[in-house]
Amino acid sequence: MNSVTTFLTQDGGFWVLTFGKIALLLFIVLTVNAYLTWFERKVVALMQSRVGPHRVGPHGLLQPAADGLKFLFKEDVMPGGVDKFVYLLAPFLALTLALASLAVIPFGPKPLPPPFTFFGHQIDLWITNPDIGLLVLFAITALGVYGVALAGWASNSKYPLLGGLRSSAQMVSYELSMTMSVVGVVLMANSFSLTKIISLQDSSKWGLLSWNIFTFHGGFPQVVGFLCFFISAIAETNRVPFDLPEAESELVAGFHTEYSSFKFAMFFIAEYTSMISVSSLCAILFFGGWYSPIPDLPWLQFTHYLPSLILIPFGLWVIFDGVRYETIFGKVILPGLGTAIAGVGALLLAGVWIAPLHEVNEYIQGPFWLLSKIFFFLFFYVWARGTLPRFRYDQLMHIGWKLLLPVSIANVIITAGCVLRWGHP
Amino acid sequence: MSAPLIVFFLLAALAVVGALSLILQKHPIHSALSLIVVMVSLAGLYLLMGAEFVAAVQIIVYGGAIMVLFVFVIMLLNASAEEHTDFSKLAKFGGLPLALALTGLLAAAMIHNGSAVPNNVTPDALASTTDISMSLFSTFVYPFELTSFLILVAIMGALVLAQREKKT
Amino acid sequence: MVPTQYYLVLSAILFGLGAVAFVVKRNIITIFMSIELMLNAVNLAFVAFSQSMPDKIGGHKLDGQVFVLFVIVVAAAEAAVGLGIIILTARNRRSLNIERVDLLKL
Repeated sequence: MNSVTTFLTQDGGFWVLTFGKIALLLFIVLTVNAYLTWFERKVVALMQSRVGPHRVGPHGLLQPAADGLKFLFKEDVMPGGVDKFVYLLAPFLALTLALASLAVIPFGPKPLPPPFTFFGHQIDLWITNPDIGLLVLFAITALGVYGVALAGWASNSKYPLLGGLRSSAQMVSYELSMTMSVVGVVLMANSFSLTKIISLQDSSKWGLLSWNIFTFHGGFPQVVGFLCFFISAIAETNRVPFDLPEAESELVAGFHTEYSSFKFAMFFIAEYTSMISVSSLCAILFFGGWYSPIPDLPWLQFTHYLPSLILIPFGLWVIFDGVRYETIFGKVILPGLGTAIAGVGALLLAGVWIAPLHEVNEYIQGPFWLLSKIFFFLFFYVWARGTLPRFRYDQLMHIGWKLLLPVSIANVIITAGCVLRWGHP
Repeated sequence: MSAPLIVFFLLAALAVVGALSLILQKHPIHSALSLIVVMVSLAGLYLLMGAEFVAAVQIIVYGGAIMVLFVFVIMLLNASAEEHTDFSKLAKFGGLPLALALTGLLAAAMIHNGSAVPNNVTPDALASTTDISMSLFSTFVYPFELTSFLILVAIMGALVLAQREKKT
Repeated sequence: MVPTQYYLVLSAILFGLGAVAFVVKRNIITIFMSIELMLNAVNLAFVAFSQSMPDKIGGHKLDGQVFVLFVIVVAAAEAAVGLGIIILTARNRRSLNIERVDLLKL
């Protein structure tokens, strides 16, 4: 027992902690992915004046589970004449790279407070925080082109090949403007490290105005940069309005036509995970990361209880909604979930009187704001899907090369000028 | 057997296996994938040496752009597996021994003169991007501008090559 | 720590394997890829020397890494133009086999 403890207090503990964090993050992200598909179907349906999934479980909440089971039990068809190694490698590559990009995203500023250390190792709210965090994300995005190109080619069929080539050409083109539009932020922060970029947008004094998108401290408001980045990111993840390569009416299903059951699910998960990763990048780089839009003045301290203000009514609504249903999931699990949510909210609110709970409330401010911003950007993605028609391929290429790239280069030049004149004392 | 040494041997073995696979595979797409494996393992080796910016640039530019170009061309030209896969006589009896002799000579030179190579390695030292950019834009600004000109020339060359023949 | 000679020997091995691939393979694209492999081996030697240099030599410690950036850029330019030429050649001779491209006459 003693040797295990000594092993854990030294380097071994660091590795065990990292693997534990990776396992936890994977579990959370895969669950969020599943419910993101539910969220998308519900929101797009409501925008189209229909209801969306509402049969499988109350409000269709068990739909992702049903879809997952369907994917697992479907027949796995491998077309003849494919190059087996490349055919099997492509979805695996896409999924691995998409999930790997989550390793450098920081979810909160402070490590868990002293009682919660792992044998002497501090538990930060990120898996790794390299000095070149942003470059690591771009490297993973750059390698993501292979999943699509190889999938299209390996399927040994015309439509996937065309879809794969078009899709990878689109991804490579928008990668350029994506990386250029971020250079303004990097110039202002003087570092590639994501935590350092966030710490520059400290909003305790000015609130909303110190976020990178609005800021005037030593730089230029990065509105143009944000717009270029967000549009390029939508194109990079092959979402509407840039999803011609996988549009159903144009190319059957594009590069993943010949993939069935679990391999298709892997592409699906990869697409939604890269959506989450890009949304978190938007929140971190341009919208202040984990800083709230409200300044940290003494008379505004009550805004720290915003999480409980949201959780308590939501929990109560879940309880009242759940008791209407006749199934077990509706009658028992939903009210239980609702009580849990309302209970957490009430506990946080009790921080007004009980000191340790106050500490907990202060601690979750950072992650709460970051997660709400990520949620907002994911909603924006889904909103774009429900609203916009798709671009033609030549229009898509025109926007990428002739509109976004010159605009993002101009943004870099202007920001560099401003930083030179007013920034970095 | 310290941890960096183990990681070095793993990455080196991966790189050598990738390079061997480049030679031994019949289909060019498999050779391209092996080369990507070599490049990623070299990026890992750069990280091991503390050159993090170079590692990131290696993956972004080499692995994410140049090799994508290779894969595109292989797909567009519909390259198929090679027909005669046995080596020609000249290659087997002339080329292979000479190439192995070249490798052996280089390796022997490096091992023999190992003491001449300075070994002032500060462990865990990271080369910061700031220092590289200082060096790039002060000492090396002239080659930097020349390479931008070179890229412009390459773009024009590729455009000219891609034009269709004008029917006169 | 890993001695610098290990990196240099690995670089020599990769360079030799690239040279073997250049001589032995028959597909033009694979031969082009072996050139990239040789360039990568040289890059590894550059970075190995860069990390082994002492800090005292007047700020030139990172020259190896800067040079690697230049090599990568030049390799990119070369790959772009070279692959354009390969596409045209393949269209004209309808084959990617280098044994059919050894005469100037079609």
